[in-house]
Formats: sequence, C-alpha cells, structure tokens
Amino acid sequence: MTETTKTTGVSRRTLLKGTAGLAGLAAGSGAITGFPYVKSADAKVLRYLGTAVNEGDDISKQCLKDTGIKIEYITATTDDVTKRVMTQPNSFDVLDTEYFSLKKLVPSGNILALDAKKIKEFDNITPVFTKGMTPGGKKIGGQGTAPWKVLYLEGKDSKKFATSATEFVTLIPTVYNADTLGIRPDLIKRPISSWSELLNPEFKGKASILNIPSIGIMDAAMVVEATGKHKYADKGNMTKEEIDLTMKVMTEAKKAGQFRAFWKDFNESVNLMASGETVIQSMWSPAVTKVRSMGIPCTFQPLKEGYRSWASGFCVSKGVSGPKLEWAYEFVNWFLSGYAGAYLNRQGYYSAVLSTAKAHMEPYEWAYWMEGKPAEKDIKAPDGSLLEKAGAVRDGGSYEDRMGGVACWNAVMDENDYMVRKWNEFIAA
Amino acid sequence: MDMSEEVLQQASPGLIPGSGTARAAKPTRLSPSFVSWLQAGPMMLVFLAFFLIPLVFVVIVSFWDYNEYQLLPAFSGRGYTDTFEGCIAQLPDLCTIGKTYLKTLKLCFLVWAMTLFIGFWVAYFLAFHVKSKTWQMGLSLLCTIPFWTSNVIRMIAWIPLLGRNGLVNSGLIKTGLINHPVEWLLFSEFSVVLALVHLFTFFMVVPIFNSMVRIDKSLIEAAYDAGATGFQTLVNVIIPLAKPGIVIGSIFVITIVMGDFITIGVMGGQQIAAAGKIIETRVNALQFPAAAANAVILLIITFLIITMMSRIVDIKKEL
Repeated sequence: MTETTKTTGVSRRTLLKGTAGLAGLAAGSGAITGFPYVKSADAKVLRYLGTAVNEGDDISKQCLKDTGIKIEYITATTDDVTKRVMTQPNSFDVLDTEYFSLKKLVPSGNILALDAKKIKEFDNITPVFTKGMTPGGKKIGGQGTAPWKVLYLEGKDSKKFATSATEFVTLIPTVYNADTLGIRPDLIKRPISSWSELLNPEFKGKASILNIPSIGIMDAAMVVEATGKHKYADKGNMTKEEIDLTMKVMTEAKKAGQFRAFWKDFNESVNLMASGETVIQSMWSPAVTKVRSMGIPCTFQPLKEGYRSWASGFCVSKGVSGPKLEWAYEFVNWFLSGYAGAYLNRQGYYSAVLSTAKAHMEPYEWAYWMEGKPAEKDIKAPDGSLLEKAGAVRDGGSYEDRMGGVACWNAVMDENDYMVRKWNEFIAA
Repeated sequence: MDMSEEVLQQASPGLIPGSGTARAAKPTRLSPSFVSWLQAGPMMLVFLAFFLIPLVFVVIVSFWDYNEYQLLPAFSGRGYTDTFEGCIAQLPDLCTIGKTYLKTLKLCFLVWAMTLFIGFWVAYFLAFHVKSKTWQMGLSLLCTIPFWTSNVIRMIAWIPLLGRNGLVNSGLIKTGLINHPVEWLLFSEFSVVLALVHLFTFFMVVPIFNSMVRIDKSLIEAAYDAGATGFQTLVNVIIPLAKPGIVIGSIFVITIVMGDFITIGVMGGQQIAAAGKIIETRVNALQFPAAAANAVILLIITFLIITMMSRIVDIKKEL
C-alpha cells in the first residue's frame, strides 16, 4: 500500500511538473495573451520598429524622462523593416521608415496616416519636406521618391498620394541627409569633384558601391550621368532601356576589376575604407565620421553633380488605436520638440524641425553642423567623444549648400522587379 | 495491486512493465509496429510541421503572382520564367541563372574536395593515432572553434590578415617575394573557398571519424598479417569501411555550400553570384514567389546531387 501510494504520488508530481512546464512554454511563446496587459495598463509602452539611425539609447531614456513613454526598439535593416510591415503589421506600434518605402507600404494598407493637426510643430517642419525647397529658397532636385511627392494622402484610409497638402500625413518627417561618395584624401592625393571618378581606372580594384539594389542603382545612375553617357529623365524611375544601360556600364566596370567589394552593412563600409581596401565608395555620413574618429583621413566629398538624398519619418501600425494612438502622437510631438533633433544633428544627420533643434544646441555646434562655419571649439559626438578639432569645417558646408545640392532621392521604381533581376545579373557577371 | 495502480495502468498502458500481466495484458498490450510508430512519431510530427508543410507552401507560393506589395494567389509561372530569362536568347552565352549555378557548383566542388581531403586525414589521425578517448573528444571540440565567431566579425578579422595591407601581404613584401600587394587574397574565389573550408571541414571530420572508430581493429591487423602495405590497407580496408561517413559528411558540406550566401557574400565582397544570394535579393525586394521559385530550383538541384551520391553508396544499408 505504501509503495503504490508513493508511485502515484511521484506520477502526479511529474504530471504537475509537466503541466507547469507546458504552461510556461505557452506563456513564453505568447500563446496565452491577455494577462501581460493587466500590468501594462499603467505603463506607457510603444514598440518602435526602425533602422538603427534614430534608435539612440539616449533618445529613449530622455523620452521616458520627459513623457513617461517607454520605447522598445525593434531594430532591423531597411529591407527587413519593410518586410515586417508587410508580413507582421501587428508586431509594432510606431514605424520609423524611409519615404521611398511608402510606394510599397501605403498600398498594403498596413500603416495608418497621422493627423497633421495633432502635430504641434507641423507648420515648422522644414520646407525641404513640404515644398521641396531649402529655408533659404533653393530648389531641391526632385528625381526619385522625393518626400513632398508622397507626404500626403487623399483621405484617412486612402491609398492614393495627394498632390496638394491635406491633413493626412503618410510619414511625419524626422531625419534626412544628403549622401555622396566617401574618399581617402591621403591615398587619392588629388581633388575629386565628380561622381564619374568612381569608375576612373585610376582607382581600379579600390572602388565600392552599396549592394542594396534600390540605392545602389541610384549611385550608379549618378555615375553614368556624370560620365556623359546618358541623361536620365528621372534617375529614380528608369525605363527598362535605362536600367539596361546603367547595368551595362556597371557590369563592364565590374568585369574590368574596378570594384574591390560591395558593401551592405554600415560596419563593412567603415572597415573597407579604414583598412585602405577601398579609397572611393558610396558611403553614409556617420560612417565617414566613424572612419575619421579612428584617426584615418576620410572625406564625405561634395560633388558637382549633387547629392543623393534620403529621408525618414514616423507613422503607426494600422492596429494602433485608443490610448496607444494618443501616446504615439505624444511621442512624435516629443521627438520633434528639440532634444532628439539636436541629437541627430550632432551625428551629421538633419532634423525635420530646425528651430527646436537649434534651441537644444550650443551656438558653436549649430554654426559648425548647420551653417558650415569653422568650429570655434572641439566638436563632440553625442556620447562625448571627439569628432573634430576646433577650426575644422564640415564637408560640403552648410545645410543650405548640402540640401540645396540634392539631385535625387532614394526611390522604388515602377520597373523595380526588372531592376532587381538585372541587379542579380550584374552580381553574377 | 490496488485501485490506484490499476487506474494508472489504464490511463497510460505499458507504463509499468511487468505489473498486472495476468489481468491487464490482453486488452492493453500494443503491437510492436504500433510502438515503433509511437517512438518515431514525435520526430515525424516535428518533421511534418517544420519541414514538409512549409516546403509545400514554398512550392505553392512559387506558382503565385505578385506585385510591389503583396502576393497574388493566382496561378502564374512568372517566378520561373523570369528566373530563366534569356537562357535561350543569349545562347551560346550563359544566362544569369546558368552563370550563377555554374559558379555555385564550382565553389561547391572545390570546397567539397578540400574538406574531404582535410577532413579525412583529421579523422584518420583522431581515430587511429590518438589513443585516449579524452584526447579524441578534446581535439574534436577544437575543430568547432571556427563556429565561435559571427560572420561580420569573421569578415572584419580576415581583412587584417589577407587584405591589401594585411599580414600576409606585408610578410610577402618583406621577404621580397612580391613587390606589390597581392589582390586576390581577399574578396575573391580564393577567400570564399578558404573561409568555407575553414568553417565546414568539421562537418566532414565528425561523420568520417564516427565511421572510422567503428572499424574493427582486427581487420587492420588481418590486412597487415596478410602482407598488405599501409597504402593497400587504406584503399582496400579503411576507405571502403569509412564510406558511409564520407557520404554523410559530403551531404552536409554540399547542402550547406549550395545554399550559402552569407559567407560567399562576405568573403567574395558581394561580387560573386550564389544560388542563395538570388533568393535573398528577391526576398528583400518582397518578391516572394520569385524567391520561392528559386528555392525550388535550388532544392531540386541539391536533391539531384544527393541522389547521385547515395547511388554510389547505399547509406541505409551501410548503417
């Protein structure tokens, strides 16, 4: 009797253990929903999907301090952000993405446009976004998916971009920049002034471009146009013939051994340049800064044909409503209120609302980053590390000069499918 | 025997072997084949849920149409026709997919041959020259070191070694063997093969080692006694008996290399085409049906290679 009781006892305990384990597994896998929300009713949490550009720890800490909203970052590459919006629209609340993705995101119906009237600083957003002009009145090149072409929707649930201003904004602008080629002046030893230099045989085996087809082909188009081979009606929306021509020029260069490697990742671009494997390549501004902070000369070279620009902003998932939507507005309003803008400006990006960012920056910082003036004091990164010594001038100069010199914007073409196929052919050549 | 045990016995038959045989045996005894199914069941279910069903979806999706932002569930061969675009028109030149597979197969063959050669001798050393079990284990674990680093770190680590200003080049220049840095050391087929061999030799070592340790030592002694030379013993005794390990190792290496795009991308400077790379580019452009079609093609080709290999050695029989 004693023995059998013991047997059942053990069995029951094992059974209980098993059940507990299963329950734990279910809870862990998210199969049991509901109960985590009981606790989160008082904590304001927003899941923030985006690339690493805006996702500073300092920004989320300051946001929590100022607004009580806790930001949970979900970091992915540009392509993966888009993929996630398409396939798992309920896995995030706030979306931070680029304007060129909108051609895919808006028709999918997975994102919710924000109401311009609820954005306090909306009228102070730089005219770069709303009018395609710099504050100083310079007209900005509009080839590609320029933000002002896709900024507004016709109605709340519309899938059509409005041609004039409405209150339904696809993405509330946050950050943007003008990209160009990065060079190693110490190894090139002569002035570089044109995109065509990327294919100059002088740099055989020492050049590189970006291996993200939609961005790489824009850089390629800048090069082709600079060599005088073809003038595009719109580099961001090529015809099939133009794609063929562009890829033919690039393929010939690739076969001749012009390129050392293509890069896809921020750190790859930094390493290629810092190690001297490449001396000229398409690059992003903070990558140039990073190479320089390693004590290696690197210039974000302004070129006569202009810059290729990109811009990103906020919207929310279609699943967001009620108080969560209010927090999202609160967060976006906070983001535009200056702290984050100043933080981004200090990294070499530009903030969408200039006036609030200026109020959060020292006058000497503003003069260096935005006005193109020589630095009065040492220029420090947001983390306090030294970026530039006093006396340095920003590559490309002032905001007016850099944004005013934009020739085209990152884009998704109508012939995107064809372009991707041609890109694969280019890699295989 | 009492109530509680009987309840238990009914609830989970066969749980308490040897108990209540007289009474409970007849209604609860399970047929041996059912027990076998039961034992194989969990693995089968996992296989079904996480491999076969997704695979069926991939095949279905590969025949769908798509636009910029969604899948269109209507029958379309577009994924396939796009993939083979120009294959006839461009003759005698190879089309993109032809070039890509030629390159992938070439890399695959080189990596296979080298991992087999190195892996065989490493396994041979471990099985026949290292006597202690502890040392055998320890040395096998050493082979896993290449897996300890991430791909990005690995790429960054190769630059100082093989790069233009790297250790190898500066060493060669100092010894006067070359005047200018050698460019083909990095971002070339050489570096891709080097990295893949470095990574995947382990997958050859383990199965070959496993086959070798099971070779009856008396067979080798018998060969020796019969007057066979070391080479004859190797060719006539060891290699035939290590064949299952060789084939299993080869299957591992070939399937991994055929589908690899990360190492080929990173070490090839993204300039070398790979079957997996095409799929990745398509997925990133949200062209899922085209990606699925390419995945199906890759699967068929890999499957053909594996079938050919298992024609040479009947693994089921040998195991």
